[in-house]
Amino acid sequence: MAGASEDASPQTFKQGAARALADAKLQRALLNVKRGFIVKRALARSKLPEFDRLRDEARAIKDHTLQHLDLYLEAYERKVIESGGQVHFAPTAGHARDIVLRLCKGAGAKLVTKGKSMVSEEIGLNAHLEAGGIEVAETDLGEHIIQIRGEAPSHIIAPVIHLNKEEIAEDFARAHGGLPKERPLGSVQDLVAEARAVLREKFIAADVGITGANLLVAETGSSIIVTNEGNGDLTETLPRLHIVIASIEKIVPTLEDACTILRLLARSGTGQEITSYTTFATGPRRRGDPDGPRSYHVVLLDNGRSEMLGGDFQDMLRCIRCGACLNHCPVYGTIGGHAYGSLYPGPMGAVLTPALAGIDHARDLPNASSFCGRCEEVCPMAIPLPSLMRKWRERDFERGDPPLAQRFALKLWAFAAKRPLLYHALGRAVAPLLARLAGAQGRFRSLPFAGAWTGTRDLPAPEGKTFHALYAERRRSRDR
Amino acid sequence: MTQAASETRDGLLVGLFVTCLVDLFRPSIGFAAIKLLEDAGAKVEVPASQTCCGQPAYNSGDRADAKTIARQVVETFERFDYVVAPSGSCAGMLKAHYPELLADDPAFASRACALAAKSFELTSFLVEVLGVAEIESSFAREVTYHDSCSSLRELEVRDAPRLLLASIGGLRLSEMEEREVCCGFGGTFSVKYPDIANAIVEAKVRNIARTGATCVLSGDLGCLLHIAGKLAREELAIECRHVAEVLAGMTEAPAIGQARKMG
Amino acid sequence: MSAPDQGRAAVLSRVRAALVVSGAEGTRAAAVEDRLRRHPRGTIPARALQSPEACIELLEAMLASQGAKVTRATTPEDAVRAVAWALRAHDLPLCFRMGTDPVLGTLPWDAAPELERRFGAAEAEDRAALSRAVAAAAETGTLFLISGADNPTTLSFLPEAHTILIRSSDIVGCYEEAFDLLRALFGAGTLPRTVNMISGPSRTADIEQTIVRGAHGPKHLHVVIVG
Repeated sequence: MAGASEDASPQTFKQGAARALADAKLQRALLNVKRGFIVKRALARSKLPEFDRLRDEARAIKDHTLQHLDLYLEAYERKVIESGGQVHFAPTAGHARDIVLRLCKGAGAKLVTKGKSMVSEEIGLNAHLEAGGIEVAETDLGEHIIQIRGEAPSHIIAPVIHLNKEEIAEDFARAHGGLPKERPLGSVQDLVAEARAVLREKFIAADVGITGANLLVAETGSSIIVTNEGNGDLTETLPRLHIVIASIEKIVPTLEDACTILRLLARSGTGQEITSYTTFATGPRRRGDPDGPRSYHVVLLDNGRSEMLGGDFQDMLRCIRCGACLNHCPVYGTIGGHAYGSLYPGPMGAVLTPALAGIDHARDLPNASSFCGRCEEVCPMAIPLPSLMRKWRERDFERGDPPLAQRFALKLWAFAAKRPLLYHALGRAVAPLLARLAGAQGRFRSLPFAGAWTGTRDLPAPEGKTFHALYAERRRSRDR
Repeated sequence: MTQAASETRDGLLVGLFVTCLVDLFRPSIGFAAIKLLEDAGAKVEVPASQTCCGQPAYNSGDRADAKTIARQVVETFERFDYVVAPSGSCAGMLKAHYPELLADDPAFASRACALAAKSFELTSFLVEVLGVAEIESSFAREVTYHDSCSSLRELEVRDAPRLLLASIGGLRLSEMEEREVCCGFGGTFSVKYPDIANAIVEAKVRNIARTGATCVLSGDLGCLLHIAGKLAREELAIECRHVAEVLAGMTEAPAIGQARKMG
Repeated sequence: MSAPDQGRAAVLSRVRAALVVSGAEGTRAAAVEDRLRRHPRGTIPARALQSPEACIELLEAMLASQGAKVTRATTPEDAVRAVAWALRAHDLPLCFRMGTDPVLGTLPWDAAPELERRFGAAEAEDRAALSRAVAAAAETGTLFLISGADNPTTLSFLPEAHTILIRSSDIVGCYEEAFDLLRALFGAGTLPRTVNMISGPSRTADIEQTIVRGAHGPKHLHVVIVG
């Protein structure tokens, strides 16, 4: 399946991580994530005393919806049709791509504008449309930048968090043709102004507008987009055809349910109390509407979600793609999104990518975690991310997949731990030995078999006899 | 100490869960824990058949071994009134994970829950169960405190160690920035993904250094080994000690990973 | 079965198989029908449960902190003058686009005769627009605008300056009250083509986390509270 996991195989992940760690520019950019999103989310939460209760309610809403997903999908579909729209069910990425291409061709489309949609990237939509002779213009500023760079986003809500303005200025100078070479591109304002002008032409000329959906509302057959730029709104309002592409777990039952979740979404992701624009789209234009699309189609994507339903990873389907887990993850915070080699990075990606792409293609993701638990703590949908990562590790272990050396060491440890007498005998032998080896220094600068640690950190040495040995000695001398 | 607390104390039998790291790397922490518990009126036993809480197996996906070890721990410790560990990580394993781990074992499911209910990290046990509010001890240093992720997020231990440290004579506590961020140890994570773990502990060490503290304390030896190792590699003259050692007044010995006399 | 029907059947049957249901279970259908019909509310933030005047103040404060300019106009004449002022403040031509909203239409426009009004959906060259919000939720300074000839949607997004008028009597505390208002206007189980919840001007922080206004939508949002 294209897109979801380019290649998160062990070689690529560790190489990606090493590259990221050595990239000073990226490291500085990642500091912005910490200072920005983390502080802002904490502030937003402190201003909403009901935050934790809403979180519990949001979780319950999603769980209820997932338990009745078939019925809510049907209810949603009925309402979309009632409002004059059409619904297409796509079991796989391939189905979805074909449906969208067919709809675009049917509308005689030459140019498509796109609002930000992770799902569209998951299915590799842009390449498919372009291969079909259709120009695709990403309109979200961050997505536009990565489109002209030919890159993947590095964060699910802030796609170009890894770039600085100088790099973006170079990209604009290169990609925005027909503009005077000497124009100002030095400030962030200049760059935004140019993007506004360039993309404005696309908005107006577009035949088809494609958006994702943060939520779908069964009660009214509405799709909801949450943006700050207004690009999603121009995308779904100006062209004659509006296509919504969304995965099936985006459904919520009612407008009230949407409100509960919306109260958590922006606060968790960017720390805003609400974004500038939260838009509900329901069907094509009505009689008397002077603007709006003439047709409205929703493509509902499965692509592995039904596999997760009813199984070990169902809780992951509660994800609303806010990005809070990425923002708070110490691993994401040091390596950024590209190192994961997957469309979905960070803790949510560590759980979702193996589910969509198979654990074989994404082994490192659930393993590269210290289980610090911050992701679960900040997740507005209370998804037990570390437990789900552990489940992947269990699946991996059952298949005999972790590297041999690691399995061997662990099995050795477990063998001893299950046999107290052996365990303590080994401890009594090894601890004093290592203490003597370390000498007066009390620590190792290097140690055979511990190179992974001692390469970058000293290793404090055992200090002599084990606790149990000393405790037994002291008891013996006391009893004497 | 409160009236209610002194009533519960008498005859209170605590099983000390030493933890494998304390056993192997720094036994003084175990002795400090015993002293603190006994001074507070508890009777402490150290079952000899304990080994490990099973976390390395559990977090590596080896559920079978994790369960075997968990059953062993339940059998060894269930006779005690309380199980106390000088470690948020191991206490968290018993408290937060054993019930789920043994949920599908009819012979152990309820016993695991019972054990979880009476398992505690050391400082929270002293404060919340034994009602200790202050300790007569002194450590005239500028220190900072690192909360382990397990303590914070599995056990919600945050105030207990600080309450006790506040009573230590001469001790000045400076909180570090990004206090609630991981130190990068994560058990086997620190060796499976050494470069990432190193980057994370580098950030932690920078935050520690910025406090001006000459000593960093924590309730978890795993974190302390990781932090001490990085401080030493960076040649920063900041000591690492376990909070139990400072509370028990056992601070004459060299700090973690520091030069010591041989013999 | 046609290809689309096959796709539909495939997805629904997979979902049902995963949930181990047939889809015909009465209790499940009842639970769904009940929730859709009753649409129960969750927790409403306390800040939304204040007096009407407190709500208006909260709305103002939230909008101001989110980058909008807010004017309270006690009289309709003041409202008209506020619209003119909003254009002058940004050195814009005294010309704007609006829809056929009757409340806007019956404002005393001769209080600012210099203003030129154009009507209909926004055009690419329009630099300013005026809309009316049918409701506003104080909890996050959020205005509810609906599509239609009265207040075409494009007015909210194409021009660089947008002024939204709201009657103080249409300001409620929470989003749910606003949606109940829409239910009363348009019927249950449906919405107009577009409902825009607008809480500030267009902005982006995509580049170096630096906030810039006017990414694609309006740079300037001016809200006039009348009455």
